[in-house]
Amino acid sequence: MKEIRENRKPVVEITNLYKSYGGNKVLDAFNLKLYEGENLVVMGKSGSGKSVMIKCLIGLEEPDSGSISIMGQAIKTLSREELDELRTEIGFLFQGSALYDSMSVRENLEFPLRRHTKKFGVIKDTTPLVMEALQNVGLAHAIDLMPNELSGGMKRRVALARTLILQPKIILYDEPTTGLDPITAKEIILLMKNIQQQYKTSSIIITHDVDCARVISNRMILLVEGTNYAEGTFDELKALKDEKVQAFFK
Amino acid sequence: MKVIDKILQTSKKFLEETGELAYFSARFFKEATKRPFEFKEFLRQCYNMGNSSLLLVGVTGFIIGLVFTLQSRPTLQEFGAVSWIPSMVGISIIREIGPIITALICAGRIGSGIGAELGSMRVTEQIDAMEVSGTNPFKYLVVTRIMATTLMLPILVFFGDAIAIYGSFLVENIKGDVSILLYFNEVFKHLEFGDIIPATIKSFFFGFAIGLVGCFKGFTCKKGTAGVGIAANSAVVYTSMLLFIIDFIAVFLTDIFYDL
Repeated sequence: MKEIRENRKPVVEITNLYKSYGGNKVLDAFNLKLYEGENLVVMGKSGSGKSVMIKCLIGLEEPDSGSISIMGQAIKTLSREELDELRTEIGFLFQGSALYDSMSVRENLEFPLRRHTKKFGVIKDTTPLVMEALQNVGLAHAIDLMPNELSGGMKRRVALARTLILQPKIILYDEPTTGLDPITAKEIILLMKNIQQQYKTSSIIITHDVDCARVISNRMILLVEGTNYAEGTFDELKALKDEKVQAFFK
Repeated sequence: MKVIDKILQTSKKFLEETGELAYFSARFFKEATKRPFEFKEFLRQCYNMGNSSLLLVGVTGFIIGLVFTLQSRPTLQEFGAVSWIPSMVGISIIREIGPIITALICAGRIGSGIGAELGSMRVTEQIDAMEVSGTNPFKYLVVTRIMATTLMLPILVFFGDAIAIYGSFLVENIKGDVSILLYFNEVFKHLEFGDIIPATIKSFFFGFAIGLVGCFKGFTCKKGTAGVGIAANSAVVYTSMLLFIIDFIAVFLTDIFYDL
């Protein structure tokens, strides 16, 4: 793991991130580095600031202070157009899948594709790309279904396919297995692992699912009260005697 | 003291919300003039809004024309002024009743629909998903809807007016044996551009207000699923209030310019 950090440059770098709502401090000097090709798991209790951190990263929330750099670009300095262009290199899998419920599965996947002519050019027939993305998640047969006709696991897979269709270099997963039964959750975890191997993406995975962290993580950060409490591989952290760290693995 | 605090808090909230609405409206004009234009989505919204409200506006207009004539006929008959019915109905429907009733129906039908749709998209993170995929959700969802309501409302008003006048004709035809040619001739004889143009301009503003408030309430929806209901409900309440304010200003300005 150290080899990865030494040989590869960080694709995402968060330095001294602060965010509070009213008097409630959510992120308190949070730091993070994600290296190329790495799966970084961020674990923390509910309300510890995981989702806020990932939303600050993608520009959905504005931090109070601190810097965020993605692929060498400080997002604070980017214009709306530049940020939108950078966002095509970042995939985001939402906790609730966030499929557009007025559109079919095909339209959900076509939607980002048709809007990024700079990256892909004008695509007349999107079907091959849509089919490829759906085949990667094993749902080619669901192409003409509506989101309300899909199960929770299928929705998560379609959302993953929609994330992949823009061929992102970085993927952010917000609680990818929450609300799924153990079997479907396992399938999603393996799918995430396959995707990382196939597309050579770098990923940040927000979760409190220990199984998910064990299978997928190259490195982990434990987030406690908005700050980095501990950092290391799954085995390194599991071996720590610290009470707060052990609470995550129980 | 508690009452004063409550009044102060409510006033502060109202002023804050008015400020946010003004900012939202300024953002609409900024985004609406910037490329790319979401023309396909705009047409889809126009079709949805027009199509979904056509029957409701038609039925309401027909009943209003019918009832208006039935109610006013006996009084006018007493004064021997039945021949005034076509012009009276025509002017009152086209100037005031048609636009305001159609706008109120659309505030309930379209405004609440937009509030609920965008609200549920907000709480299920669909708007965030659009944003992170590099699409401007304000342009795609808000600009297209506001432009569609602004364009479609005057069309619906014309349609509602025509049906209402036809409803009025039916009563006159049954009770007074008046032909359609004579009735509509009497309606148009007393109508002037000064009646039609301000009403049409007013309808564009009504449409804009319906789209703006519906989108504002939905797009800024908070508090989870309960917020969706609040967004839909408050979209109708605020729009209805705004419609009467716009109507008052429009009548006031018309009064100055056309010297009624």
